[in-house]
Amino acid sequence: MRVPIGWLAEHVDLPAETGVEELDDAFVRLGLEVEEVHRPPETTGPLVVGRVLEIEELTGFKKPIRYCRVEVGEAEPRGVVCGARNFAVDDLVVVALPGAVLPGNFAIAARTTYDHVSDGMICSVRELGIGEDHAGILVLGRGGDGPAPGTPAAGVVGLDDAVVELAVTPDRGYCLAMRGIAREMGTGLGVGWRDPGAATPPAWSGAPAWPVEIADPARCDRFSMVALEGLDPTAPSPWWMRRRLAQSGIRSISLAVDVTNYVMLELGQPMHAFDRDAVTGPIVVRRATVGERLTTLDGANRALDEDDLLITDDTGPIGLAGVMGGASTEIGSTGGGATTAVLLEAAHWEPTGIARSVRRHKLPSEAAKRFERGTDPEMTVVALARAAALLGEYGGATVVGGPVDLDVRAPRPAIRLDVAMPGRIAGVAYPPAQVTEALAAVGAVVEADGDLLSVTPPSWRPDLTDPADLVEEVVRLAGYDDVPSVLPSVPPGRGLTERQRRRRSIGRALAEAGYVEAPSYPFVGTAALDALGLAEDDARRQVVVVRNPLSEEEPALRTTLLPGLLASLARNLARGQRDLAVFEHGSVFPGDERTPAPLPGVDRRPDDATLAALLGAVPAQPWHVAVALAGNREPRGWWGPGRPADWADAVQAARTVAATAGVELTVRAGELPPWHPGRCAELLVGDRVVGHAGELHPRVCAALELPARTCAMELDVDALPAAPVPVGPHISTFPPVHMDAALVVPVEQPEAAVRAALAEGAGELLEDLRLFDVYTGTPVPEGRRSLAYAFTFRAANRTLNREEAGEAFSRAVESAARATGAHLRA
Amino acid sequence: MRRAEWRPVSGANDPYDPKQVAALSPEALDAAVGAAIEAFAAAADLEALAAVRPAHLGDRAPVLLARRELGALPPAARSDAGKRVNAARTAVTEAHAARLAELEAERDARVLAEERVDVTLPWDRTPRGARHPLTTLTDRISDIFVAMGYGIAEGPELEAEWLNFDALNIGADHPARTMMDTFFVAPEDSGLVLRTHTSPVQARTMLSRTPPIYVVAPGRVYRTDELDATHTPVFHQLEGLAVDRGLSMAHLRGTLDHLARQLFGADAITRWRPSYFPFTEPSAEFDVWFPEHRDGPRWVEWGGCGMVNPRVLVACGIDPAEYTGFAFGMGIERALQFRHGVGDMRDIVEGDVRFTRAFGVEQ
Repeated sequence: MRVPIGWLAEHVDLPAETGVEELDDAFVRLGLEVEEVHRPPETTGPLVVGRVLEIEELTGFKKPIRYCRVEVGEAEPRGVVCGARNFAVDDLVVVALPGAVLPGNFAIAARTTYDHVSDGMICSVRELGIGEDHAGILVLGRGGDGPAPGTPAAGVVGLDDAVVELAVTPDRGYCLAMRGIAREMGTGLGVGWRDPGAATPPAWSGAPAWPVEIADPARCDRFSMVALEGLDPTAPSPWWMRRRLAQSGIRSISLAVDVTNYVMLELGQPMHAFDRDAVTGPIVVRRATVGERLTTLDGANRALDEDDLLITDDTGPIGLAGVMGGASTEIGSTGGGATTAVLLEAAHWEPTGIARSVRRHKLPSEAAKRFERGTDPEMTVVALARAAALLGEYGGATVVGGPVDLDVRAPRPAIRLDVAMPGRIAGVAYPPAQVTEALAAVGAVVEADGDLLSVTPPSWRPDLTDPADLVEEVVRLAGYDDVPSVLPSVPPGRGLTERQRRRRSIGRALAEAGYVEAPSYPFVGTAALDALGLAEDDARRQVVVVRNPLSEEEPALRTTLLPGLLASLARNLARGQRDLAVFEHGSVFPGDERTPAPLPGVDRRPDDATLAALLGAVPAQPWHVAVALAGNREPRGWWGPGRPADWADAVQAARTVAATAGVELTVRAGELPPWHPGRCAELLVGDRVVGHAGELHPRVCAALELPARTCAMELDVDALPAAPVPVGPHISTFPPVHMDAALVVPVEQPEAAVRAALAEGAGELLEDLRLFDVYTGTPVPEGRRSLAYAFTFRAANRTLNREEAGEAFSRAVESAARATGAHLRA
Repeated sequence: MRRAEWRPVSGANDPYDPKQVAALSPEALDAAVGAAIEAFAAAADLEALAAVRPAHLGDRAPVLLARRELGALPPAARSDAGKRVNAARTAVTEAHAARLAELEAERDARVLAEERVDVTLPWDRTPRGARHPLTTLTDRISDIFVAMGYGIAEGPELEAEWLNFDALNIGADHPARTMMDTFFVAPEDSGLVLRTHTSPVQARTMLSRTPPIYVVAPGRVYRTDELDATHTPVFHQLEGLAVDRGLSMAHLRGTLDHLARQLFGADAITRWRPSYFPFTEPSAEFDVWFPEHRDGPRWVEWGGCGMVNPRVLVACGIDPAEYTGFAFGMGIERALQFRHGVGDMRDIVEGDVRFTRAFGVEQ
């Protein structure tokens, strides 16, 4: 809502010293957020009102040019050359005299042009910086109807009038009109103000001008209408009205349209003007029937929904109630485009129905914005009277017949409020008188019965329905600054849950291992899944689809972290990074079959079955962690050439995660896109596969334009079991026995199997087993490799002698031989 | 130094030594000791010292040879001469040890000096990781509340529409619902949305627990805004909820003031502006002022707050006649922007490692 200060000052006795800053503060205190203050661009030098005395049409140039004699309050009129043609002799215009500087540093000087001396310039609104309208020059009025020539024009055209743009919250529709703003400001500043809606409509006489019936009183509880005749279709809107519309961000169209818009801005009541002669038969307000269509003012032919509320006549729909009029009864439909008879309608619609129609037909408008939030049903006739008066004054129209006013409103129930409740909620002891005064200032009627107040909210505040709403009004008007600062005493808490602690530890462990966290948007598209080389039946292709995605290329939610993480990797590479280790952890969204979530009522807690169905309809969203590596894992430096990241780093990242979670991870060879089939580790906890790690498939690297041998790991953190409480180990202080052995093993035997067999055979005396070398080549036979291990043996309760250690060692080697065909290297 | 401690052997006034053995004479022993000390001192390095050692402390050294002569003395004289010989031997041994220590110290000093390195060489041998500042800032704020006794509540990002809207007093046709710019999920009757705020966690918490409730709910939320310098369709909020007997707006203010001081310094203060949220009534937006703002002390818009709307309590099965509650929420991206002077939202969301590394593992 744009509020021109000059307009506001008409209704509120703003103190003389009140500047825009003070107003800004007052608006904010009242809960009207100031989004922006628009100040007209600066104009300096002589800018005056002029009256056009003579117009000489100059010919022989490329375009028609006028040479005008303009009275500007000086002894002699001035000669001014002008290219515009939308003015006539006797019109009042704005003249920039030599020495004036218009917005855009446009300096005006006397100069010769088109063979005449132009001693100034007649201005358009755009040249004055107060509008975009460049169709012609600004005509303020005609003859004596306006300020005298020579009057400084800045004040006349509102060049000094700032406009405050407010963000009005959806509960306060009444502040989408000067009327509501005036009430708030008058109350907030504690100054006098006048309610433009308090006017009493004239006592029109006669039978209602048109037959009207409300067939759906639940959706329309008041419908008012007057008929006007004799409207001059060519009459222009007065300058001041166009100026205020422009300040409010509304384009001037015609007098009839401008007046309805102006009254809407003033009183908050949107109106619609029908071409009376295009309306056939009685008007009925009803809901649409199946198959009905309506061509709206914007030219769109719309299929109507049975929920749409319509204004209809004998021909069918002539308007989508509260949203947009129909084309068939648009002003200008009859009389060869020059409508002189109109039906002016103002109604009160049920807000949520309007909201549904707006959404359904994607037709947001200034009128609908107000109806959706709830208008003041008292305003329909007041607004009609105001509009009729303006159309009479500026367009020569007169009201014919009596007004239509169908009013089927139910009485507004009073709200019962404990007078102490506002104080209790705010933590401030408000005296009862302050509570009742605040509610009265809001416009409510308050009756006290001891400590219990009976509060009837004003007609313009449909948002006030509960005691809590009244509490807010009291606290707001008293000032939120009055609320003191008191820390509540919170009962002892339980700290982080194990799951929360685990997530944090994982992030920290990876960061400390050199990985940089790179969270990404969870949106993916088929292309990203294709790039990973996922099979058609891969579970990760079962996605949840967003109905209104930001990008049609990425309409789904991720089922794996890899697309986003690899994109981050690629982005960093593109920005010149070489050695990268990044990680992400977050939810993924498997797209399994689901049942729709129910939508229970809100007047009580849903019953347990409904609640269970509701919670059950929300799919599980497991927490994954992923890493990606490219370039060197250990950087190149003065210490050496660096070490390229490889599949083992990805596996190690998984081990880091598992160790952090206190969980034992086992690894075996796996085969899953997007990993290299020969370099993919399947990560297990017990028998359950929890993730994969390794080098990416060369085709995946190529498709994603990643360097060859990019590595990655992804693991389902939620699949990791809870860590057992660790048991403190017995620490033996007896000396260890160290032994080394190289085993020759068939290459197809995984090292993990060899190691497991060695450990099993060695038994309890084995404290540590470490693989320190892997060798293939002479003299190791083809098809075998040499694995070299360092054993550490130690007994818990005695000094181990070499014989005992040697026996354990032999058992280990025999075990490996049995299990894997390993034998000691000669 | 050792020489000063050495007392010359005296036997001159011994009346019981009629036979003198030349090698055992005090003069001869003194000469041997003196020669040894001289030779040790002359040894320039450990090798030279080792080379001269046998001549003075070896089996054929004068003091050891002198010892053999003791047997030739009469018993009465033997004791006196023995003391002399021992003293001489001790003197030579000590002189050698002293010189050895001297030379070893010299050698050590020389070798360590040769092993000197340039300790200013770059030390970035291991890659430096970091957690994203959104994560660490979220943790930091959460911890402030955990320290007060709050728990951390969680909920899914893909959420039931009822919990995201209806339970929070945002009915199907509520204007606030359309203003939320919601991502809807297929199929049309799924009843699911990408949560537009962390507030559904409030509803989940109230539906699953009984008061007193004190929780914060951090998490990722979604709105259909295009990414630009100030907007992102995917962002993070942290929401707080307290439901207990007798809670008031004063408690809400106290809580926010405490948070502001913990996060922005002891001089930080907050202020409220009346606002509207369907799930709170009264509602306010809150601003924070703090002197350490990078552009100088100033007010910045921070978040929204209010008293839990009794209608929300009812929908979640809590009796509003018995309990009141307060709730507040704030954007983590926004807090990151003004706490750390981050100008462009895109830096926060693009995952550039240079940005994230600047914040370390714990910002």
